[in-house]
Amino acid sequence: MVLDTKYQRFRDEVREFATQVVAPKASHIDQTGEFSWDTAKEMGRMGLLGIPFPKKYGGAGLDHLSYAIAVEEISRVCGSTGVTLAAHVSLGCYPIYASGTEKQKRKFLPPLLKGDKIGSFGLTEPNAGSDAGATETTAELAGDEWIINGTKRFITSGAIADTMVITATQDRSKGVHGISAFIVEKGSPGFSPGREEEKLGLRGSITSELVFEDCRIPKENLLGQEYEGFKIFMQTLDGGRISIGAMALGIGQGALDASIEYAQNRVQFGKPLRKFQLIQRMIADMETEISAARHLVYHAAMLKDGGEVVTKEGAMAKLYASEACMRATSAAIQIHGCRGLTNAYPVERFFRDAKLTEIGEGTSEIMRIVIAREILGR
Amino acid sequence: MDFELTQDQKLIQDMVRRFAINELEPVAAEIDRTREFPWQNIKKMAELGLLGVIVPEQYGGAGLDFLSLALVIEEISKVCASTGVIVAVNNSLVAYPILNFGNGDQHKKYLPLLAKAEKIGAIGLTEPNAGSDVAAFESTAVLEGDHYRLNGTKRFITNGREAGVCIVFAYTDKSKGHRGMSAFVVEDGTPGFSKGEHEDLMGLRSTGNCELIFEDARVPKENLLGEEGQGFKIAMHTLDVSRIDIGAQAVGIAQGALDAAVKYAKERKAFGQSISEFQFIQGMLAEMATQIMAARLLVYHAAVVKDRGVPRFSKESSMAKWFASETCMNAVRMAVQVHGGYGYSKDYAVERFYRDAKVMEIYEGTSEIQKVVIARSLLQGT
Repeated sequence: MVLDTKYQRFRDEVREFATQVVAPKASHIDQTGEFSWDTAKEMGRMGLLGIPFPKKYGGAGLDHLSYAIAVEEISRVCGSTGVTLAAHVSLGCYPIYASGTEKQKRKFLPPLLKGDKIGSFGLTEPNAGSDAGATETTAELAGDEWIINGTKRFITSGAIADTMVITATQDRSKGVHGISAFIVEKGSPGFSPGREEEKLGLRGSITSELVFEDCRIPKENLLGQEYEGFKIFMQTLDGGRISIGAMALGIGQGALDASIEYAQNRVQFGKPLRKFQLIQRMIADMETEISAARHLVYHAAMLKDGGEVVTKEGAMAKLYASEACMRATSAAIQIHGCRGLTNAYPVERFFRDAKLTEIGEGTSEIMRIVIAREILGR
Repeated sequence: MDFELTQDQKLIQDMVRRFAINELEPVAAEIDRTREFPWQNIKKMAELGLLGVIVPEQYGGAGLDFLSLALVIEEISKVCASTGVIVAVNNSLVAYPILNFGNGDQHKKYLPLLAKAEKIGAIGLTEPNAGSDVAAFESTAVLEGDHYRLNGTKRFITNGREAGVCIVFAYTDKSKGHRGMSAFVVEDGTPGFSKGEHEDLMGLRSTGNCELIFEDARVPKENLLGEEGQGFKIAMHTLDVSRIDIGAQAVGIAQGALDAAVKYAKERKAFGQSISEFQFIQGMLAEMATQIMAARLLVYHAAVVKDRGVPRFSKESSMAKWFASETCMNAVRMAVQVHGGYGYSKDYAVERFYRDAKVMEIYEGTSEIQKVVIARSLLQGT
């Protein structure tokens, strides 16, 4: 794919940041589970936390292709930082930008897009994963406040977020059509971040519960119209999936980079690994699949930039990129042998990080249903 | 081929299954987190004969066959793969070569220790610059009077930190290539023998994996295993045997993952029904079960071939190991997938299975090496 030179320059800029700032901390934050505030602040300063949003709200005024490139380049060295960026932009900020009133945008977006605040998105619940319509969290209007009750789970950046978009049902009997979306600020009475998850991968990103116990938020924090929550989160996920595709693409590329270097240098049976056909096979498959994934991800991003609905394309990009990423990270450890299982090399981290891309923001099974439905109809 | 298990085989399978559920499963997540070597359970298993399954009764073992050993490793690995490989290494990588290549004195001295887990065994073959290319190792042994002087470093040694009896490979005559390789039994406490840092690995974290370091280590002459120059033969034959157990371990992990996925699929509801009603989930469960059955049959077949005394079974053993390890990887991936976000958290065992599985495709010969062994066997008509 030949990209305009402005994208090349942007990629170079992000790559330098990823190499200089993000990569040196990647193994440490994975092992300790620490969130790197320094990195988040620096991403804010560079404008990465507000890439695809207009400058008038404090954004960088760039497009979704640039955003995909940024997520890719950062994930290439650190999946945890990649998912933190993706969750902030696509899940925390985008729904406010797409569905908020002008007043809400003016109020909430500037600190988020400049990186002074972190955003997150509370959709998943203990009993509502793929079936997001099974949301049990409730919202009730009492005077000029909404009263929220319920628990969200597996929320990226949940415990550190300042501004959250959450879904809650106003009427369970209406299923998905009873759900509304709300903006909740940290410090709202009755809100507390719940326990943090111990995860397989992405351990340098924060995943936690959000607990609402008679949590009170102002009436004007309703996002969109009442009962529009389903539409809002489906639209949010359509875009979010492109960024998870970009993240998978980046992790896969990082695994390939490491494999190429190792195959050049490691000598067995008197020659470098790169001379063995079974190693060449793995490298060739990785390169081919990652290239295909990149095309799908960029294609979906470009369509979105053109104002198209990207339900099918976003799902295809995420589905293919995440599965390619899984194969690439497994092959990368394979090429490294036992050393690939130690944290002296990044590939075991990539392998653990990769699995989430098949699950988060819609499992591969949901992606297939979405794609099939777009082709076959409901 | 008929795999109707004998009464004895069924008995041991059933006993180990119960022991694994009662004793191993409750601590599996904890020892994964702490990297603690499960000595207490190893001692209990030794009382049941599991540390010397294939060791003759006269040396304190259970005196059973290799199919029984495969059944034991499979059942243990269903709940705790770390414990599975500890037992596998002690049996097939340490006790077996001593039994097969050692002399009467060595049998009497070491087999009871290993079978009763008074000492745990380890084997040192891999080195920093010699992984798949086994013969590229650099360790040397020089005979000086009644001792060999051993120098070199072995890496990624399962059971290493806890091992009291190690089989170590070194060149006694580098000029002869792999025919100059010899095997030694080295005891912990041997002057000049020390152990490296505990490796912090992605999976199989409780196996005491470390380097074995030999700096002018003085190994008694009588600790030579077999004859000088037999090392490569000992290593290759031993790996042919032990790969069956890695296959069994992979089948065990995969079955554990499938069991967890079936349980979760029945419990979890989405879109108003059990997720087990969805064809995607059914498809994954069916693929897992079919591949696991095929892998199990390959593993049992290889064990039976070995038990029948067929002299060469490299092909059968490599096919079992390669196919079972790939099956295992597919199974753990799908098991996490069935669990969704929950499978990505340490609250469910499949997260651990996922990390444990990957090494199945790497140790005791990578999948690439297994394929080369299989192909060579086909091309040479053996």
